[in-house]
Amino acid sequence: MSNLLSITTFIPAIAAAILALFLRGDDEAAQRNAKWLAMAATAMTFIVSLFILIGFDADDTGFQFVEDRSWIMGLNYKMGVDGISILFVMLTTFLMPIVIASCWTVNNRVKEYMIAFLLLETLMLGVFMALDLVLFYLFFEAGLIPMFLIIGIWGGKERIYASFKFFLYTFLGSVLMLVAMVAMFSAAGTTDIPTLMQFPFGTDTFSILGIQIIGGMQTLLWLAFFASFAVKMPMWPVHTWLPDAHVQAPTAGSVVLAAILLKMGGYGFLRFSLPMFPIGSEVMGSLVLWMSAIAIVYTSLVALVQEDMKKLIAYSSVAHMGFVTMGIFTFNQQGLDGAIFQMLSHGFISGALFLCVGVIYDRMHTREIDAYGGLVNRMPAYALIFMFFTMANVGLPGTSGFVGEFLTLMAVFQVNTWVAAVATTGVIFSAAYALWLYRRVVMGDLIKESLKSITDMTTRERAIFAPLVIMTLLLGVYPSLVTDIIGPSVAALVDHVETAQAAFTPTAAAVASH
Amino acid sequence: MLSQDLNTILPEIILSLFAMGALLGAVYTVKDKSAGLLVWLTSGLFVALAFWIGTTGEGTTTAFSGMFVDDAFSRFTKVAILLAAAAVLVMSQDYMQKRDLLRFEYPLLIALAVVGMMMMVSAGDLMSLYMGLELQSLALYVVASLRRDSVKSTEAGLKYFVLGALSSGLLLYGASLTYGFAGTTSFAGIIEATEGGVSLGLLFGLVFLSAGFAFKVSAAPFHMWTPDVYEGSPTPVTAFFATAPKIAAMALFARVMHDAFGNSIADWQQIVAFLAVISMFLGGIAAIGQTDIKRLMAFSSISHMGFALMGLASGTAFGVQAMLVYLGIYVAMNVGTFAFILSMEKDGRPVTDIGSLNMYSKREPLKALAMLILLFSMAGVPPMLGFFGKFYVLQAAYDAGLAWLAVAGVIASVISAFYYLRIVFYMYFGSDKDDALDANKSPVLWGFLMASAAIMVLGVVNLFGIEPLAEAASLALVN
Repeated sequence: MSNLLSITTFIPAIAAAILALFLRGDDEAAQRNAKWLAMAATAMTFIVSLFILIGFDADDTGFQFVEDRSWIMGLNYKMGVDGISILFVMLTTFLMPIVIASCWTVNNRVKEYMIAFLLLETLMLGVFMALDLVLFYLFFEAGLIPMFLIIGIWGGKERIYASFKFFLYTFLGSVLMLVAMVAMFSAAGTTDIPTLMQFPFGTDTFSILGIQIIGGMQTLLWLAFFASFAVKMPMWPVHTWLPDAHVQAPTAGSVVLAAILLKMGGYGFLRFSLPMFPIGSEVMGSLVLWMSAIAIVYTSLVALVQEDMKKLIAYSSVAHMGFVTMGIFTFNQQGLDGAIFQMLSHGFISGALFLCVGVIYDRMHTREIDAYGGLVNRMPAYALIFMFFTMANVGLPGTSGFVGEFLTLMAVFQVNTWVAAVATTGVIFSAAYALWLYRRVVMGDLIKESLKSITDMTTRERAIFAPLVIMTLLLGVYPSLVTDIIGPSVAALVDHVETAQAAFTPTAAAVASH
Repeated sequence: MLSQDLNTILPEIILSLFAMGALLGAVYTVKDKSAGLLVWLTSGLFVALAFWIGTTGEGTTTAFSGMFVDDAFSRFTKVAILLAAAAVLVMSQDYMQKRDLLRFEYPLLIALAVVGMMMMVSAGDLMSLYMGLELQSLALYVVASLRRDSVKSTEAGLKYFVLGALSSGLLLYGASLTYGFAGTTSFAGIIEATEGGVSLGLLFGLVFLSAGFAFKVSAAPFHMWTPDVYEGSPTPVTAFFATAPKIAAMALFARVMHDAFGNSIADWQQIVAFLAVISMFLGGIAAIGQTDIKRLMAFSSISHMGFALMGLASGTAFGVQAMLVYLGIYVAMNVGTFAFILSMEKDGRPVTDIGSLNMYSKREPLKALAMLILLFSMAGVPPMLGFFGKFYVLQAAYDAGLAWLAVAGVIASVISAFYYLRIVFYMYFGSDKDDALDANKSPVLWGFLMASAAIMVLGVVNLFGIEPLAEAASLALVN
């Protein structure tokens, strides 16, 4: 099967086309058909993607299942996976059926809703598989359209502001990356990602408008990519679109946003910034470390004072993504392993937390923390699951949240003790806001009149959480399941970056000493 | 010799004879009753000529001692012009008929304008350039005020005429300066005269010529006529303004810059880059406050012309190729968008207010989806074709060392994205109101809208093979 990746990528898109062209009407039967077709398509995608995982050889650090066809303008339609990307592909295909299942109660324009999610899945898979710069950009940017519509059509009260902010913010971030891609195409004469990873982009210092650019071309390109990935990630201080988008997005939209879309930023750093611009990464690395440390502490503190549950979890996402960027820019094996691990685990945990909010939002139609309290009395199963994911979010040993945080903190301690010290306090804050949230929503006596008749989770809802619980526990107690797959590729990447950085002597050092 | 010359411009001759013959015939017989038939005949002739030009021409031929050039570049743009004009003509019939605007002069004036455009893109001499340009402009002034009992329409025609005349004046002044200092009006002669550099007088000529062309392509800061003329003219005429004449004027701009001033690229590069950057930003910012979709499209076209000029500003063959690809995509998008605008009506009257699109997606999901695709394509969001147009010109500009222009361009494109999103917002996110638009059942408009949207999506596969053609065209111009 030489085109397994394309098949995986485009199954959802084909299902979306079938929905768009052949499903008529908006009655109950049509809605049910749309949901089942979407479910079948995402489940099928997951099954097909399992074949990729089975056929994947972890010891081979190159790209596997490569497809290469010539396209327009000297570009190529090139897809492939390596140890870094394969697990993101799996994360996406694993989560999408859950996402579809979570919107079973939606009844407003169901057909379009399903089409949007199916297209989004195709585009997300494409991002993780693309091995051509422009192909990557195409998938990366196109994902904005369905997400814009998901927030704008099915979102909450302030959905219009949130959707515009989401679109324009991320669009502005990524157009600079487009210019950088044009520049790379110009310099290297190819947009082939594996070739570009080996291509030595210029590092001679030059000055623009009197500002010395150490690391020259590489630093500029790095900055342009950084603009895009930092917004997508999102990193402090360009994270402000995320709380708005999360709060206004429907539950399923929030899950996709937190669990998968944010990972594109981290994946981008690993796929582009590190291997292609090792010098640029080195020059700007400590800045990123400090930004991450600030993000962890600052957004944790902001999360403490939130009154909206989704906003709180959104800020907690920003903090957790801080661990990811911190891990990536330590340039060592533990850091990168930890960052990837953290992203995968955050995919399960934050997705589950947004689903937890969705469960009670479906019942009470509010996300105000103050509107709840004492839910444990009427929803024991919910209390248990929410407890589990709160603990995972805090990073309790035994859950996947612990492994990622521990690895990244250990890695950063070797590189910069101060950053490690600051970031570790973030762990305490995260315990504070997460446990406090849990206490206010679930514990205590059930005194609110409106909550007296609330019902516990249905079988469908329990079934949605089951795979997430299993994955969180499994990765928590048996992390080498992940590290065995990503290890060799990460080692190769670390080796490549170290070699490049060791060979570099900044020409600016001489200039500065005068 | 003469028979060869005539052979070279046979398509133009056929079209002119057809226009004049039909004019005489219609005047002395059934007049406006024949208008519907003439629309179809004219557009049929356009398509036939496009097919003929596209499939037969080869190499480069000049006629009338270099006044008229037939090369891959002119053939590419002629085919684009003819097809765009044919599409707009067919689209306009239903609209014109309903509003009692369908005069038999309309298709014939369009035909004459097209002859002018074909002359423009084939011009090899300042004289034939001006001849083509004026033939085009005069026909367009008249069609702008086609709805002669409407104040707005006559105002549009008059404004267009006055400003058009001013720009022609500037252009002529530039042409006369060029003639004075180069001693010739032929492009081949001018390029010889500038081999050792451009004299100050020629530079003035170049600047005035550029200003004239900037008027014609409606590039800022010479764009003032565009919003008013777009708004005031009958919508089919606006659709025509937004498509074929833009290609012709841009092609003419490129031809003069490369064929006549190809030795002094550094001199005009800055002018064109300046026009490009101002147009992109002005088009983006000024459109934000518009509520009339035709005015909005006017500013949108200004910003698109800015991007096309970015390709020209790079001063390379690849830049011209990028410009041609961009124009091709732009025209395909605009035909679809105007098919949509033409179908906007309420109680039989045309509506152009954006607010009337409120929740359009609930009533006409498929048409709303097609429009959504076109809007995102115009905003330059992948995977729509509009993105590849932008990518092309960005690459051309960057390769030519204009990195700052590329950065400015992408920032302007984010600003423009806002107002395209605003239309999406009305169509999809609005709240239900009862002042809905009528359901327009015109199959022609529906067909063009869907075809255009489909092109925007399916084009991602291979751009419909336009690339090698544009490359051949650009190599014929720049060598």
